[in-house]
Amino acid sequence: MARRASIERAAGLALLLLAGPAAAVEPPVDPLPVVEIAPGDYVHHGLHEEIAPDDGGDIANVGFIVGEQAVAVIDTGGSARIGARLLAAIRRVTDLPIRYVVNTHVHPDHVFGDAAFEASGAQFVGHANLPRALAARGAYYLAELQRTLGAAAEGSRVVAPDITVADRATLELGGRTLEVVAWPAAHTDNDLTVYDRASGTLWAGDLLFLKRTPVIDGSLNGWLAAIDELRRLPAERVVPGHGPVSAPWPRALDAEAGYLSTLRDEIRRIIARGGTIEQALKTAGQGSRADWLLFDRTNARNVVTAFTELEWE
Amino acid sequence: MSRSLSSALHRLFPALAVAGAVGASAVPALAADDDAWTDLRPMLFGERPISEAPGVVSLDAPYRAQDAAIVPITIEAKIPQTPERYIKTVTLVIDQNPVPVAAVFHLTPRIGLATLATRVRVNSYSNVRAIAETNDGALFMATKFVKATGGCSAPALKDQDAALARLGKMKLKPMKDEAVPGLRRVQLLISHPNNSGLQMDQITHLYVPPHYVTDIAVDYGDRTLMTVEGAISLSEDPSIHFYYRPDGADRMAVTVKDSENMTFEGSWPVAADAGS
Repeated sequence: MARRASIERAAGLALLLLAGPAAAVEPPVDPLPVVEIAPGDYVHHGLHEEIAPDDGGDIANVGFIVGEQAVAVIDTGGSARIGARLLAAIRRVTDLPIRYVVNTHVHPDHVFGDAAFEASGAQFVGHANLPRALAARGAYYLAELQRTLGAAAEGSRVVAPDITVADRATLELGGRTLEVVAWPAAHTDNDLTVYDRASGTLWAGDLLFLKRTPVIDGSLNGWLAAIDELRRLPAERVVPGHGPVSAPWPRALDAEAGYLSTLRDEIRRIIARGGTIEQALKTAGQGSRADWLLFDRTNARNVVTAFTELEWE
Repeated sequence: MSRSLSSALHRLFPALAVAGAVGASAVPALAADDDAWTDLRPMLFGERPISEAPGVVSLDAPYRAQDAAIVPITIEAKIPQTPERYIKTVTLVIDQNPVPVAAVFHLTPRIGLATLATRVRVNSYSNVRAIAETNDGALFMATKFVKATGGCSAPALKDQDAALARLGKMKLKPMKDEAVPGLRRVQLLISHPNNSGLQMDQITHLYVPPHYVTDIAVDYGDRTLMTVEGAISLSEDPSIHFYYRPDGADRMAVTVKDSENMTFEGSWPVAADAGS
């Protein structure tokens, strides 16, 4: 008990330091619930919803990996407030310094918690294309977040990466090495995965969706190629960007690969016979409708995105 | 190519500067109001009467856009193009966009039917209008309301490297569906980012520079079939579906110019007869 109390005091102190003078009037931060899916790998389950006031932007899986000397955070959630709750969850588990914050890609539900970690001294890690994507999209994403969440978006902002990865990199946490891979355009054109060799856990970011309809915002062909390559990784389990906190590897890829390849085949056929986006919207992907959550709007968007990629083949 | 209507486009560019200053945080209107059109109408058409009676032009657009940066629009002509009576110009307007005039199509009788399809950005809930001018100077308008957010300020390019590698490439594809007797239909696709210039880098606070297609000229045989003036409200990789009346000529040539004075050219064999 004594140890637990000291951890909580330490957490309280850390939050005081983080929040500054205003902390006295701020309500205590409620730590995000996390599950230890493998020794040292902790995941918080994001809701299968769109960003809305009720969820505060807590719609993506986020988490952290604890080494012997330091901690790495993998994605920070959809607002500074979610990021602060993730930080509180980390401080319940360990007092070790946070050495890295990895952003698996540019999407708002994965990066807007970054602001909560700026004071931690962590280095922010992103794909070599992330700064460009933040430049093109950050202002819009932030404006949308503020419009959608109102006060709950407070403190959220775009944080530039300190370390960018063009191909591969390793991150050392002391007795624990993380392998970071930068992928060619797939889910987005700035996807990173993190492989925790010690536990055999692959953090796939949004290269893997389970249950929630996959969102194509990079390249459909690129994503299918990435899935083929990912399959060869000798992981034991995977943390998807959306879906259960842990899933068996590589079987977890099958549903997504099936949806994406069927969508590609159907749209290619429509393009080959001189069809239009409007025609593709009526039929493409519809056979998968019952298998996925939040299907209609996401699939429609995917059809438009995929069509405008595949018509250049 | 004709520059006459480009003045209408350029008169509207001060609106772009204003939108840039306000930034992307402008809250979209809850419903399209007509105020924007009240301001735009005299700039574009002066006091000329505009008929909203059906019979010359109609417009097809999704009520809710799947992707605000790529909203497919079809302008349907209800009269054939004949030398005696034809649609000379179609102006496509998106009321609430920072640059409301998306495109001005200058058409000849040789296209056979002035039915056009393209893809546009829609920045907030907005009326979309097609105004057709017939060769006798009469104006006809069709309007549709589209729910969309962020088409101009939001993310467009999905795979930026692929887009840049392909810049200026063009395709002219025969369309097999939607046959009209005596006519053929094709799709012109131009690979171009058509950057709006409205995306501000949150770290440097600089705007990503605008870079967009300004002029498209389509020749069938040796003569002009159609010219198009474009601006930032056309989607990335501008696409235009159009008809032509085959008259024995078997080539189509396209010249594209953009806001950085780059010129791209392409030429393709096309069907010289209407087939069966």
